[in-house]
Amino acid sequence: MIRILLAGQGGQGVLSAGKFLAESGLHEGKEVTYLPAYGPEMRGGTANCSVIISEHPIASPLCNTPDVLIAMNGPSFHKFAPRVRSGGIIIVNGSVSDCYAGRDDVRICDVAAGDIALEAGDVRSANMVMLGAFIALTGAVKERSIFNCLNEKFVGKPHVLDCNRAAFEAGVAAVKK
Amino acid sequence: MVYGAAGAGIRAMTSSSSPGVSLKQEGISYIACARIPCVVVNIMRAGPGLGGILPAQGDYFQATKGGGHGDYHLIVLAPSTAQEACDFTYRAFDLADKYRVPAMILADGMIGQIMEPVELPPMRDLKDIPEKPWATSGHYGKERRILNSLIIKPEELEPHVNELQRTYDEIYANERKAECYKTEDAEIVLTAYGTIARICKSVVDELRMQGVKAGCIRPITLYPFPDDAYAKCAAGAAKAFLSVELSLGQMVEDVKLAVNGKKPVYFYGRTGGNVPEEAEIIEAAKSAIRKAEAAK
Repeated sequence: MIRILLAGQGGQGVLSAGKFLAESGLHEGKEVTYLPAYGPEMRGGTANCSVIISEHPIASPLCNTPDVLIAMNGPSFHKFAPRVRSGGIIIVNGSVSDCYAGRDDVRICDVAAGDIALEAGDVRSANMVMLGAFIALTGAVKERSIFNCLNEKFVGKPHVLDCNRAAFEAGVAAVKK
Repeated sequence: MVYGAAGAGIRAMTSSSSPGVSLKQEGISYIACARIPCVVVNIMRAGPGLGGILPAQGDYFQATKGGGHGDYHLIVLAPSTAQEACDFTYRAFDLADKYRVPAMILADGMIGQIMEPVELPPMRDLKDIPEKPWATSGHYGKERRILNSLIIKPEELEPHVNELQRTYDEIYANERKAECYKTEDAEIVLTAYGTIARICKSVVDELRMQGVKAGCIRPITLYPFPDDAYAKCAAGAAKAFLSVELSLGQMVEDVKLAVNGKKPVYFYGRTGGNVPEEAEIIEAAKSAIRKAEAAK
């Protein structure tokens, strides 16, 4: 079982990245839960979601001590970094955040998601860069499952699809370096 | 609209979150009196007042003890997964039709927002729903049918209310339902409904890893309250009960009635949209055991 907390500013694609992840797990026949927490606003404000992917039925859908934190900005990195399980992983968007968590019992992965996404074509796909990095680090779901979800989501929008795929692949490459 | 549509024999439902459901209470009482089956969904807000949109369970009293005026009850179902939210909607309609009472689905904001895999039940042909010989579905040469919530003569109203009560007694006898998780040998019995019950299951597993014999009763029907499940535990290995709620103590009253003084009942609750972490509940459970042992 892996517990993932995705956090950031509203509009950064935190919730959609979480949904892609959960749906990919679902397509692989795993048990998944996706629990969003956000304010009433479309952009701005804070957004986070908890995703659990498991081989067995999931009891509590909460991620109070996540195995992995995907932090899209500085405030969410600092807010949630102390909660990560000892031995866990933090992936932080280094384009807009520092990466000092004040603890050395977790692996901190600095991914310049904003810059990488811009190179890939659109800064809005920074969430996919982070997701790529996450999959490369953990193998929680297969890359192919994420691509299937993207194909389904962006059917009829080839440009958006290409951009998100490129961002995802750049995220995978960024941590494999 | 639900009163009218359901009165015409159509399966009708409405949904809202706390303040909206408060506004519906007058209508719900009328529907209960006129014996019209329908479904009301309440995804509870953190209240009182307008309240927040985060998970809470402060409407337990309203849902199970009336809410509107008069001697009536709703059948109240409490889903704890997305799958149950789906299945219980069917079930609520079936139960409402069977007993000619309104049914409510009472859930918290976590059920309202969560996404999980759901296996949809097979589509049903509407023709398979039993005919409703009371429905005001048009004259068409049939006898005249009246659905009425105004029965003003005392000699007519009392038998009507008694008849309603007979239905509630029948519902109590047939429909109480709870899920008992590892309760057979449990010394500390947690109890919670909705998503909190899922957290309590994780707590039970953690406590058992620490060597504490814990279990959890999850009421599936809040009305009728599954008092039989509690009575069984109270007569068995249980040393103490702990009701965990997103309120300041509502269901715990029904738990106390069900346990009937045989074992101590304790309470742990959070409000305002805050959800207790597993560690908090574990601590509350251990504290309940300590208190029960000190009280002996």
